Amino acid sequence: MHPKTRERLVLTVVGWLAAGLIFFPIFWMILTSFKTEVEAVATPPQLFFTPTLENYITVRERADYVHFAINSIVISVGATLLATLIAVPAAYAMAFFPGKRTKDLLLWMLSTKMMPAVGVLIPIYLLFRDTGAIDTRWGLIVVYTLMNLPIVVWMLYTFFKEVPKDILEAGRMDGAKPKQEVWMLLLPLSLPGIASTALLSIILCWNEAFWSLNLTTSEAAPLTTFIASFSAPEGLFWAKLSAASTIAIAPILVFGWMSQRQLVRGLTFGAVK
Amino acid sequence: MASTTTAAPVPGTSTTVGGRSQRNVKTLPLVAPSVVILFLWMIVPLAMTLWFSFQYYNLLDPTVGGFAGFENYTFLLTDPSLWTAMINTIFLVFWVLVITVGLGTLLAVLFDQDFYGRSIARLLAIAPFFVMPTVSALVWKNMLMHPVNGLFAFFTRSLGLPAIDFFGSFPLTSVIIIVAWQWLPFALLILLTAIQSLDSEQKEAARMDGAGPFSMFFFIILPHLGRAISVVIMIETIFLLSVFAEIYVTTSGGPGLASTNLAFLIYLRALREYDVGGASAAGVIAVILANIVAVFLVRSIAKNIAD
Amino acid sequence: MSTIVLKGIQKNYGAVQVIKGIDLSIDDREFCVFVGPSGCGKSTLLRMIAGLEEITAGDLMIDGQRINDVPPSERGLAMVFQSYALYPHMSVADNMGFSLRLAGVPKEERRAKVAEAARILHLDNLLDRKPKELSGGQRQRVAIGRAIVRKPKVFLFDEPLSNLDASLRVQMRIELARLHDELAATMIYVTHDQIEAMTMADKIVVLQSGIVEQAGTPLELYHHPRNQFVAGFIGSPKMNFLPAKVTAVTDTATTIALPSGASLDIPVRAGGQKVGYAVTLGVRPEHMRLAGEGELLGEVMVVERLGGETFLYTQLNDGTMLIVQADGEIPTGVHERISIKLDPAACHLFDGEGLAIERMERHPLANLRRLPTRKAS
Repeated sequence: MHPKTRERLVLTVVGWLAAGLIFFPIFWMILTSFKTEVEAVATPPQLFFTPTLENYITVRERADYVHFAINSIVISVGATLLATLIAVPAAYAMAFFPGKRTKDLLLWMLSTKMMPAVGVLIPIYLLFRDTGAIDTRWGLIVVYTLMNLPIVVWMLYTFFKEVPKDILEAGRMDGAKPKQEVWMLLLPLSLPGIASTALLSIILCWNEAFWSLNLTTSEAAPLTTFIASFSAPEGLFWAKLSAASTIAIAPILVFGWMSQRQLVRGLTFGAVK
Repeated sequence: MASTTTAAPVPGTSTTVGGRSQRNVKTLPLVAPSVVILFLWMIVPLAMTLWFSFQYYNLLDPTVGGFAGFENYTFLLTDPSLWTAMINTIFLVFWVLVITVGLGTLLAVLFDQDFYGRSIARLLAIAPFFVMPTVSALVWKNMLMHPVNGLFAFFTRSLGLPAIDFFGSFPLTSVIIIVAWQWLPFALLILLTAIQSLDSEQKEAARMDGAGPFSMFFFIILPHLGRAISVVIMIETIFLLSVFAEIYVTTSGGPGLASTNLAFLIYLRALREYDVGGASAAGVIAVILANIVAVFLVRSIAKNIAD
Repeated sequence: MSTIVLKGIQKNYGAVQVIKGIDLSIDDREFCVFVGPSGCGKSTLLRMIAGLEEITAGDLMIDGQRINDVPPSERGLAMVFQSYALYPHMSVADNMGFSLRLAGVPKEERRAKVAEAARILHLDNLLDRKPKELSGGQRQRVAIGRAIVRKPKVFLFDEPLSNLDASLRVQMRIELARLHDELAATMIYVTHDQIEAMTMADKIVVLQSGIVEQAGTPLELYHHPRNQFVAGFIGSPKMNFLPAKVTAVTDTATTIALPSGASLDIPVRAGGQKVGYAVTLGVRPEHMRLAGEGELLGEVMVVERLGGETFLYTQLNDGTMLIVQADGEIPTGVHERISIKLDPAACHLFDGEGLAIERMERHPLANLRRLPTRKAS
């Protein structure tokens, strides 16, 4: 056998082994969701069994999955749009008209993210209670917007900085006003970057579990709350929990996989010049 | 003498006023919305937290009230639980960073190679990034690390060894494993992009100079990854400092305080003991810690990233 | 009509002054080339004229109007960037028509103007392509087309040919000269390549560290460089410089002695030069020839044969390196010893400060202008 081919085969085995190990917990969860509760806890663990949809049926009867899923979508997309809308002008100004303090400002923005959310939970909770924002979609959208704003600004800033200055200057020579410059040149040019920023923001919103658990109860509760409702009293019903978990992560997992090419290309935070 | 006191403009030249940019773009209105709302988001709760931290305030006991001075702080600072939580926080951040950056680099090199079905394998490897922290914690806790029915227990028993009680015996390590599993794909994604951006001529030149796989890794690839590693460390640190869901779901900070980090300690104080004053004081300390980390770590790293 | 006048133009970045007061006037329909080493400020100066950089001090006038504070698009200029700066998400036609679209020109008129520019530049078949589907030369044309469409008073070029390969560069050079003739517009062109400057310019402006060293026609700079910097910058290969001493001064010539002992009568006005002063002799490789009884003796170290001519890199007896241009047919080889004769009438003399000492005779072509012949309009 040609040494190149052998090397490739070895790499294939190692690569798939590594990927398989990393993916295994998710695989096992999905597998368990098709078992009966008895099979789920059986020793030795069962790899081959007759799959059943019974867990999914039970989960559907117990809670309105669609309601939670729609909340998750509305809140994630809403917060992402809002954050992008606020961040684009800021990132534009910082990338193309940097001042002495621009970098400090960016770092300060990032540092607000280091504040543990629990530290400010009580004040936020009280504020939300007094403004009627508890258990509303817009309340969570506002919180998620603020939560992701620093990351969104930072990512857009790095993408905007990659846009050749010459092209914007050519636009200026052609008579583009600042607004036209942003809409007709900058945004189309950095569309891939904006897309991956939005992707990351949606993923972070979808998976956020602290604020959603503490600020929503039913009306506006997203899928993280849905999972929590299955985990607390039903901790021992693994098959049902797996089924609930599977349908909770399925949309974002499929979405993430479909857009992974974009994500792989864009998720650099300016690490690659 | 009088002539020295008046600075006359140089005749014949006209000077534009101020140092404004030629574009005439006022950057303030563009940046202001982001800055103002982030500032409010930070300062309002912080002010309230600061205020509460100087109060006697217990949600269970409305009779307790009034100005507490520094009592909440002295109580907290003399309480060993704060120091335990702080050390746990740093421990968790440090080890997750080591694991994700270390394994992430190796995996990035692996996935940079061409092998059969690489793109599918890569899809599998980045999957944990899309999984909710609560779900992943539940899966690891119940199906993998469970001392009786977990898969790991089954494996150790098959080898004739006693099952490991992960959350009982190694609570913090177990949490670290789960969190590292979640963040490994993130490190992999960024490092892989960075490796792929490495100039192939540079690699070829190194090969011509006689570099084998190891010298290639240590002298060419690793130095090239410096910037990407900085980014991974910075972004992950931001999220790891406030790990919460994984602890909440698996160990609830226990046994004792063995796996309690600062975020969880505040939660314990506020929502388990209903001690708003004490929780707020811990919150203030957490914010201070966050800022120390921000100043030391992120600043030194981020400065060269922002260039 | 479009004349450009710069009066005391300065540019500071913080405390650093990069343009140190430039006075210059560029005539209508003139092809003016800014040339200089990298970092000399030529691009900055162009960008200040374009309106992309703020002018710290001084006046910039177009047709007598001060335009320091006029936005770039209202100055009546168009610019071709070094990177071409094409809009990657737009087709060639949209790229060229973008300025018209921003100006609110109706679609039909826009299409006609774009088609007209495309015809001039032979881009007719490429109008629907995206920039990334074009070759380097085609992109270059689109960038020029984008400028032409606006019918500007003045064209600005920022090193437009530096990303092209050598043969394409020569071709575009000719095309630009033709275009200049056809459009009868004022053009300002920045380059670091003195050949581009010599071949295209009506007026060359040599810049160094933010000041104008000399401005004039190509042959004026070649035959009457004002100082050693300009002398060395214009001409290829570079002018040779040799240390010398003034030994005699007369009304018609200054006699100098070279370290080799040889003596030369150079036809320059002595001015303030006195016997004993140290001067520098400048002589171009093309103004030397091999001869039995030459003033300089040396050993050939490297031979570059270009076919038509041969360059001999020669080490003189005192160690100085000298480039000599010789005929393509000479059989001289490496390590041969040669004797070199100088043509005193073509020699330059520079004083202790590096300033040229004025020559007796002005070169007959030094004032030759290359302005385009006006077509019947």
